[in-house]
Amino acid sequence: MTHEAITMVEAVNLALAHEMEHDENVVILGEDVGTNGGVFRATAGLKDRFGNRRVMDTPLAEAMIGGLTVGMASQGLKPVAEIQFMGFIFPALEHIICHAARLRNRTRGRLTCPMVLRAPFGGGIHAPEHHSESTETLLAHIPGLRVVIPSSPARAYGLLLSAIRDPDPVIFLEPKRIYRASKQPVPDNGAALPLDTCFTLREGSDITLVSWGAMVKETLEAAEQLAEEGISCEVIDVATISPLDMDTILASVAKTGRCAIVHEASRNLGVGAEITANLCEKALMDLQAPPVRITGYDTVMPYYRLENHFMPNTADIKDAVRQTLEFV
Amino acid sequence: MDTVYEGDIRYRQYLSAQGKATAELPAWAKDPEWLTLCYRNMVLARALDSKAIALQRTGQLGTYASLLGSEAVDVPAGLLMRPEDVLIPYYRNHACQMLRGMPMEEILLYWGGDERGNASAQQRQDFPNCVPIATQSMHACGVATAIKMRNEKRVAVTFCGDGATSKGDFLEGLNVAGAWQLPVVFVVNNNQWAISVPRALQNGAPTLAQKAIGAGIRGEQVDGNDVIAVREAFELALERARDGKGPSLIEAISYRLSDHTTADDATRYRDNEELKKAWELEPVKRLRTFLHSQGWWDETQETAWQEEVNTMVQTATERYLATPAQPIESIFDHLFAELPKQLHEQRDWAMVKAMKGGTHHDS
Repeated sequence: MTHEAITMVEAVNLALAHEMEHDENVVILGEDVGTNGGVFRATAGLKDRFGNRRVMDTPLAEAMIGGLTVGMASQGLKPVAEIQFMGFIFPALEHIICHAARLRNRTRGRLTCPMVLRAPFGGGIHAPEHHSESTETLLAHIPGLRVVIPSSPARAYGLLLSAIRDPDPVIFLEPKRIYRASKQPVPDNGAALPLDTCFTLREGSDITLVSWGAMVKETLEAAEQLAEEGISCEVIDVATISPLDMDTILASVAKTGRCAIVHEASRNLGVGAEITANLCEKALMDLQAPPVRITGYDTVMPYYRLENHFMPNTADIKDAVRQTLEFV
Repeated sequence: MDTVYEGDIRYRQYLSAQGKATAELPAWAKDPEWLTLCYRNMVLARALDSKAIALQRTGQLGTYASLLGSEAVDVPAGLLMRPEDVLIPYYRNHACQMLRGMPMEEILLYWGGDERGNASAQQRQDFPNCVPIATQSMHACGVATAIKMRNEKRVAVTFCGDGATSKGDFLEGLNVAGAWQLPVVFVVNNNQWAISVPRALQNGAPTLAQKAIGAGIRGEQVDGNDVIAVREAFELALERARDGKGPSLIEAISYRLSDHTTADDATRYRDNEELKKAWELEPVKRLRTFLHSQGWWDETQETAWQEEVNTMVQTATERYLATPAQPIESIFDHLFAELPKQLHEQRDWAMVKAMKGGTHHDS
């Protein structure tokens, strides 16, 4: 059976529809998610198919979306809320951090919060101010949350299914730069992909490249081009940035002895710092060179004329890899 | 120009500060049963409150938020809500929690620094105490959304103080409740003080209840020291919500006779004369005077009940004090449904460190 190749945003839509079809407790809420189908069309057609009781256009209030989701989840629904852009997630953070992430723990499991909060994030689409930041590290620091970031249509489908089925809150960050950047066949078979686990996308022996989200594209490109120079890169897509699967990264670095971490977010206290710290603690004897980070700057995300300078590119990754390999 | 909208906020009161009827009493108030039950529980709540403060003062309880002065708001709510309704409390609803079945020792356990005080089986689907101000109003709307989606005849009831009405979260809650006509009741226990900031400095409107008008929902003000008025307002709001007639906001005018919490000292900012005047309005004495005047309660009953209450509170206190702390691994074991493998190592470290003579991990 062949399957039509679809984009990442179509894969998100497919996963949402699949879970709504199979579990009546799955409901969608957010700004413009109903008739409009979401500003990126991630929820297109779902209101017509499942009705406005299950696909709810909310008033324009992000804190309320966060709070409503917690209340609904406590009643055994599985709400999938959309924050229109991650730049507007901040009013909802009190609900995510103080309530969603803690409800199970605070009540010793009496109440739980099986919810998903989806938000498009990251730069590269020439968007207005506040629409392009990568602030995933803020959420990755919070105990009790899972933070999941897909990097392809297939992983968006499989990971979103897992996120919805998970009995605890999951923040699902969608790199909007690659919403429509590529297509791949995604069978709508309800097969989930595991959370809390890295995906090794390419095997190699000289260096481990670690990335997630939209930057996986540049990282794979760099690996491909470096192969032509005779440099063999292993590429790991972290996918779940919290809890972080260091086992896969450590096993890879034990083999390659070198590591470069690529992320679009600012460098300071980014997830790359956590990975580097873990390598120092647990892989010092395996390392033949200091781990290197290729990241955004510690500046405000520039407005779109300069955003491409902020974001790491394929050449940056290749340069860093070559330098790391020259380290003796 | 045409007037496009006019709204009014009504104030409900049946009993004066002296415990005398100020209006024709509702039929149910001519029967001693409910009012004496209410009174007994108000006395019990106050006894528990005094004990909690004493325990805190002697180092046997953590920071505690007293409900002194809120008894006539909290107790009727606890008596009138049905088991299947959902309470989404703030942190001054211990009497309501107790009346919904939560044992007093578990209430003390919460204030004694133990999450199991949020885990009482008797709480069913009720939320734990909400500490971040006003956030609970939207959780209540989420609960009410689930109830409405499933066509259930249940009500979400949420409380907050006057201070919380300054927060956007409170207004966002009212707003969505009005937009979606949710089965939710918002109770503002207006005890006149947000820690040290008096009501007059919090908001320019004459009532807090009128915030309901902007959200398109029912709002009313009620004498929060008068259980008859509170029951009338609350019963109507519950009934309307249960029948699909939408949300209500009740502003109950009470007075915080205590400090904000045991960590606070209200003498720093509050005039003692004001406090003295507030004691003249207080709800327990008011109801007792009324019950006396009706011949439904006397000194002998009072003495006997006080003794019984003290025994109940003492027993609960002993149970609370005899409850051992949870094992350290509990801080991991309720973080997720299943602990991710990434956290197993830390859990092991914590257990070793907590052992007698244990040390921190591999240092």
